[in-house]
Amino acid sequence: MRLVASGSQTVGPYLHIGLTWLNTDRIAGPGMKGERVVIQGRLLDGDGVGVSDGLVEIWQANAAGRYAHPADRQQKALEKGFRGFGRIPTDARGRFRFSTVKPGRVPGPGGKLQAPHLNVTVFMRGLLKQLSTRIYFPGDAANAQDPLLHRVPAARRSTLVARRRARGVLEWNIVLQGRDETVFFDF
Amino acid sequence: MAKSYGYRRFLRGTQPAYDFPFYASTAKRHPTRPLVIAPQTLSEITGPVFGHDDVKPTDSDLTRQHRGEPIGERIIVSGRVLEESGKPVPHTLVEVWQANAAGRYPHKADRHDAPLDPNFSGAGRTVTDARGRYQFITIRPGEYPWRNHYNAWRPAHIHFSLFGRAFLTRLVTQMYFPGDPLLTLDPMYMSIPDAKARRRLVSTFDLEHTVPEHALAYRFDIVLRGREATPRERA
Repeated sequence: MRLVASGSQTVGPYLHIGLTWLNTDRIAGPGMKGERVVIQGRLLDGDGVGVSDGLVEIWQANAAGRYAHPADRQQKALEKGFRGFGRIPTDARGRFRFSTVKPGRVPGPGGKLQAPHLNVTVFMRGLLKQLSTRIYFPGDAANAQDPLLHRVPAARRSTLVARRRARGVLEWNIVLQGRDETVFFDF
Repeated sequence: MAKSYGYRRFLRGTQPAYDFPFYASTAKRHPTRPLVIAPQTLSEITGPVFGHDDVKPTDSDLTRQHRGEPIGERIIVSGRVLEESGKPVPHTLVEVWQANAAGRYPHKADRHDAPLDPNFSGAGRTVTDARGRYQFITIRPGEYPWRNHYNAWRPAHIHFSLFGRAFLTRLVTQMYFPGDPLLTLDPMYMSIPDAKARRRLVSTFDLEHTVPEHALAYRFDIVLRGREATPRERA
């Protein structure tokens, strides 16, 4: 049997009703190993205005580079209670903020390691199908060799790399349109 | 040669475009540059795992979440979550939200002049069983006006959110009701170019699950991206 994947539809303006119960802005609890980091930013529309009815979801590996998922069969430690998922609604000014640990490197195409990254899915009213992107870490030497960053035109790579704002605090914005438009992936 | 994890890409016409002028809010909220085609890696073929412990049995009965029963027509919505291969997706989270029978959401952004129902929040969730089946008991949501264009009304719908086995199988969609005259006037429904693909978002009347003297039933199967039939090699 060959079926066809169902069509996507927007989350609409009332997404919070169904999705808030799973909001998680602390992805890694106190017992998790790794370098602590807070990531904050804004979701900005084509006029540079913050999107107040958006939602950001994060999926990440732990500090050892292991996903809490049965398809990850690497022999790396996985802390009990680590899920690696975040769901953060934007506020009235389009801001979002979450805390986590910097993930370790995970294998990419051909078994070559990828640079540490967070996987991001974006939803909002006015968006008929989710957008997928990634957050990379500033100053990480592995970024230069990352197979996905390499797919991105050099001039646009910086949209995927967070900026250091303070010790342990990074800033990363999602820009939907314009000169600094964030790179979105089609997997 | 690197092995591809081989989740199928979407068939042409089965997914909405990001820029769809009939739905006015897409204008400032769609990417203007082409998406960057990227290989599927471990990061995409894994995803958050939720289980039966994450939900309570009452979470899937939207008519039993308050002291009294909500106003409206009680309905049963059930179906299966499947991969494109036809294989069921067992033990996967399904989240829903919807308006009440009067077409009103209990949300600060909803200013529609229709009554709220103190006995209806309109949110539910469940985890599919070993055969990929899910069921919700709820009330039939009302249609409601929105300001996209003159005299714009949303057809009755229930929002669905699913994860599937991987972050790349994530799906948010809407279930519609058969015979709704508003469907072909609705920018969201019409944003899916292929008519057959659109119709798959319309539930079917389900006599088999109808409970005599109690509730009508609707069936809504959801298909998530699946893997290619055989693993493929790519350069």
